[in-house]
Amino acid sequence: MAEPPVVELRAVRRTFKGTVALDELTLTADKGTVTVLVGPNGAGKTTAVRMITGALLPERGEVRIFGLDPGVDGEQVRRRCGVVSAKPALYDRLSGWDNLAYAAELYRLGPSAPIEAAAERFGIEQALDLRVGGYSTGMKTRLALARAILHDPDLLLLDEPTSGLDPESSHAVLRLIDELAEQGRTVIMCTHLLLEAEGLADQVVLMEEGRALVAGQPEELVRWVWPHPRVVIDARDRHHLDALATMRGVLSYERDGGAAMVSVEALDVVPDLIAGLAASGVRLTKVSPHEPTLEELYFAVRNGERPPIETAPARSGELEPAR
Amino acid sequence: MTNVKRRRPGSGNRTWVVARTDLRQLYQSPDFWVPMVILAGFFFVISPAILLFAITRAEGNDLVQKVGGTLSVLPGSARVAIDARAPHASDAVKASYALAVYLFAPLAIIVPMTISTAVGANCLVGEREKGTGEFLAHCPASTREIYTGKLIASLIPGYLTTLVGFGIYSLVVNLIVGPHVGGWFFPTAQWWVLMLWVVPPFLAITLSVVLRLSARLKSAAAAQQATGLVTLPIILLSYAQSTGALFGAGGGGFITGAVAWVLAALGLWRGARAVKRSRLLGVEGDLA
Repeated sequence: MAEPPVVELRAVRRTFKGTVALDELTLTADKGTVTVLVGPNGAGKTTAVRMITGALLPERGEVRIFGLDPGVDGEQVRRRCGVVSAKPALYDRLSGWDNLAYAAELYRLGPSAPIEAAAERFGIEQALDLRVGGYSTGMKTRLALARAILHDPDLLLLDEPTSGLDPESSHAVLRLIDELAEQGRTVIMCTHLLLEAEGLADQVVLMEEGRALVAGQPEELVRWVWPHPRVVIDARDRHHLDALATMRGVLSYERDGGAAMVSVEALDVVPDLIAGLAASGVRLTKVSPHEPTLEELYFAVRNGERPPIETAPARSGELEPAR
Repeated sequence: MTNVKRRRPGSGNRTWVVARTDLRQLYQSPDFWVPMVILAGFFFVISPAILLFAITRAEGNDLVQKVGGTLSVLPGSARVAIDARAPHASDAVKASYALAVYLFAPLAIIVPMTISTAVGANCLVGEREKGTGEFLAHCPASTREIYTGKLIASLIPGYLTTLVGFGIYSLVVNLIVGPHVGGWFFPTAQWWVLMLWVVPPFLAITLSVVLRLSARLKSAAAAQQATGLVTLPIILLSYAQSTGALFGAGGGGFITGAVAWVLAALGLWRGARAVKRSRLLGVEGDLA
């Protein structure tokens, strides 16, 4: 029997002074998965995270975390959650050590709290005795990450966790997320940086105006938006590529000043296309299958290039088209 | 940036954890506690010392006559007590005795209230402004634990400063006035009742209002301004009650304190409901 999801939000609605922050949002996250919430500012990503811990309560709908209602069993839920907010939320007048010790005491970890280990994981142990007020942005983010994992949470909620970090530190964070998921932890991450989500996310939720536009595994979402393979073809004289538009097997053709992007029935037709162009004297310089990026997916869905299909909400791992 | 000593985390009650952390931040902010010490020093040490010294050493001049005139406006019970203590003392000495025992009473209320309301006004709205409210909102501590911890952290600086100031004030009074009235005489029984039974609940009543404002208002500046306006009547009332407690015979102070304790308990219970996680986050719609 499949385990119930760790995170379940069902038709959650929340407004602030008439502004709709979450509009019937439904989303689930299974144990040991990485869910990435993607969307513009004001999409409702941070509000969704706050709903999960019970820091905010829904006006309508249902929230279940570890099978519990955070509005009723908030302490139990929050004890198992580690949160890194968009702003580090650290006490500037205290040292890095005291910030971590404060968290350790609130989570009742006692004197054996692994403060040094958590700090070492993010390379912040040398600065623990210094006041946080003197930390750089990157150091604050790393300290906040150390604080979030101090109590070994089952669910990690990260809001823009690589903000302000150098590439090495960003990579360390993404590696941590991977490791935690492999250990059976569940991770929900909000990010603008779609590149980070690629290769990391088991589930991507594209949000806009408090709603989930689509949710699912990145590969499945890509296949849903672009069901047919796409190929990039470039030539010395690009205007000759326009002939592709009328060739058999080509479903769509685009060329916006650069190389041509064709959607084909199957990759099997590509050799025929190449042969046809070559026979016409076209000097080809590039032919490669194109794997759409998450960024392209995001803009395609947001711009409505592929209108959403109306279906019932699906579990994680299945496609959840927009309503 | 300075080096600070590492302290292993304890396993204690979350309320004390919140209180201790707030007090630690206050202790590491000299720009906050130095003015408190100066305020207490001025009201508990410097002004009483100068006034009492001037009056006890002055004889037959206008100042003494004017101060001596205040004796006539004191309640009968107070004049009886003064005469009983120093039947053969001069008007100057009796006036200094009256000042020490009865007329400096407001210090015992104003100083702790000023200090504690300054701390309390910032305690919740400050978390919001610094962004640390988000950390508290997501942590396992209940809103009641957070509220009570903040209350303790607001109450201790004011009350502790007052107790220390009270101790030094007692020393000053006994050293300056004592030799003229037959020895050390301060604190009197009414002052013990005032300091231990009357001042704490009045402080708690004021803080219950201040913390509610701090939870609801958008900025620390707004909280400080609103706190000043709202707590002024409470300070005036507290001043009147504390003075009455000193003047009152028998159990007047005990009754005043008992009523204040009941009101404080009610105020604090209601005040706890003002702390919501959404207010720690500063979300629109939950703030004034």
